[in-house]
Amino acid sequence: MSDVVLLAKNVTMRFGGLTALNDFNLELKPRELVGLIGPNGAGKTTAFNALSGVYAPTEGTVSVGGEVVNGRRPNEISRLGLARTFQNIRLFKKLSVLDNVRLACHAKGKSELWQALLLTAEHERREAEMEKRAFELLDFMELSGRADEEAASLPYGMQRRLEIVRALATGPKVLCLDEPAAGMNATETAALMKLIHAIREKFGVAVLLIEHDMRLVMGISERLVVLDHGVTIAQGKPEAVRKDPKVIEAYLGVEEGHAPLDPEKA
Amino acid sequence: MRLVRALLPFAVGLPALWAIQAAAPPQLAIILVTAGVNVILAVSLNMVNGFTGQFSLGHAGFMAVGAYTAAKITLAMGEAPANWSPWLWNNGAFTLALLGGMLTAALAGLAVGIPSLRLRGDYLAIVTLGFNEIIRVFIENMRWLGGATGISGLPPYTSVVWVGLGALATVVVARRIVGSTHGRALLSVREDEVAAEAMGVDTVACKVHAFVLSAAFAGLGGGLLVHYILLVTPKSFTFVKSIEVVVMVVLGGMGSISGATLAALVLTFALELMRGLDQYRMVMYSLLLVVLMLSRPTGIFGTKEIWELLGPKRKKAAA
Ligand SMILES: Nc1ncnc2c1ncn2[C@@H]1O[C@H](COP(=O)(O)OP(=O)(O)OP(=O)(O)O)[C@@H](O)[C@H]1O
Ligand SMILES: [Mg+2]
Repeated sequence: MSDVVLLAKNVTMRFGGLTALNDFNLELKPRELVGLIGPNGAGKTTAFNALSGVYAPTEGTVSVGGEVVNGRRPNEISRLGLARTFQNIRLFKKLSVLDNVRLACHAKGKSELWQALLLTAEHERREAEMEKRAFELLDFMELSGRADEEAASLPYGMQRRLEIVRALATGPKVLCLDEPAAGMNATETAALMKLIHAIREKFGVAVLLIEHDMRLVMGISERLVVLDHGVTIAQGKPEAVRKDPKVIEAYLGVEEGHAPLDPEKA
Repeated sequence: MRLVRALLPFAVGLPALWAIQAAAPPQLAIILVTAGVNVILAVSLNMVNGFTGQFSLGHAGFMAVGAYTAAKITLAMGEAPANWSPWLWNNGAFTLALLGGMLTAALAGLAVGIPSLRLRGDYLAIVTLGFNEIIRVFIENMRWLGGATGISGLPPYTSVVWVGLGALATVVVARRIVGSTHGRALLSVREDEVAAEAMGVDTVACKVHAFVLSAAFAGLGGGLLVHYILLVTPKSFTFVKSIEVVVMVVLGGMGSISGATLAALVLTFALELMRGLDQYRMVMYSLLLVVLMLSRPTGIFGTKEIWELLGPKRKKAAA
């Protein structure tokens, strides 16, 4: 095992004539919490999609846990230890909260189909283990009280948290969160940022956190990567990045208000 | 002990089916067999259309594959040799024939499932419909399969008990699958493919599995049906039959096993009860469908099971 859990090397992503991500480089060590910031349309979500296998990078290589994953399908990349959430919330709406999480536990020790059909002891033990693990995670995020409810029936903020629980349930080394605070008010956002910090401590995962409001991630990130028009314009400690003239310029006029929520292109 | 629990539905079901068979007058037996076969078809199609949310419109094609295979096997086995108990021989031959039918239907499911994976929605529906017709036309042109007239004189192996066991097996398999990780993976494909992939679900494998399993049980339905009407002909497996099954699944609520079961039973019995109406029968049938779909647009139960709608919230599913 290398001590780099996520590595992006010269990753470029083009859509026809548009270079949404240009020569993107990133190295994530275990338990690191890195903020990926940038104004609307900077290419943050595109970076996630290229890392998680939703898109195959036009150029460059991505490795997860030391293994090159270019051209691998998202489900394989997930099994190698990269979990993600979606900017526009993509829960399994009609499944229960518990099932959303249980489903994601499956990568670890699911039983064979015939065992499920014959209700073997091993099958039941594994199902019970998954349920237990799912409840542990739900407990941690204060969602276990609503385990039996349909995911779509949860209030917005809880849906966002459920998405994080679901991603955690896959047992990742790297957790990529795409604007988890989008649409939340200031109190909720502050609580969420604390929670993300706590997740990193408790589960020992590295976190890559997208946020276009720089101030939110300042407090909890050890490092920031700033994208603008697909280009990495700054990288480093939050205090240094904040003072970087290029960053200030890119953010001018954007930093104050929340930009409207995109209907997403995950 | 565990095996007992796994087989419990059958241990309970078998005596009940025997009792029903003994009590049912012949006219009722016909309806029961038809209804049972329809339950098998609806619940198995539900594995593809309901669980994974794909749109297959070729279920009758898989039925045909299973039916012809089973028919060929029972005909080849013939009557019991002198030193065999006929009961044992007949039931053994039929078991083998049905399993053979399920196997070939499953292979057909694999053959159709894999190339169709890149297709979605209407496109998949058209391809599966095309497959249905190809199978039918293929059979019509094969002398060794009886051509357009089919093969008659099949042994009368199918009984209420056989169909009942088949329906029970289909329902139990469907139930246990949705109650497991495998089933949840299928449902996640229906809910959101991109998210499912991101959670490590192999959506391609899921779709193929669902297709194969669904086809196998369609084959079982086909095998049971033709050993009741004692005739296997391509006319039984036109796309009209496929649509009939889709109607049951849609009516029951996509993904609801109890819904598909109930819809299959209700529609079969409704059609029988309306027999006296002669030419107005199909009009009434269509009217019934229209009314039901208008009053419950997502099917009788939506994606839920009966017991989830009745009674208080259960704490934990006991499958
Ligand atoms: N699949 C696609 N096809 C074509 N263009 C795309 C695609 N996905 C993203 N883009 C474009 O790439 C650019 C970067 O988009 P991206 O969604 O990565 O921005 P972002 O930084 O996540 O912005 P936001 O803060 O609004 O979420 C945008 O101009 C967008 O229109
Ligand atoms: Mg984005």
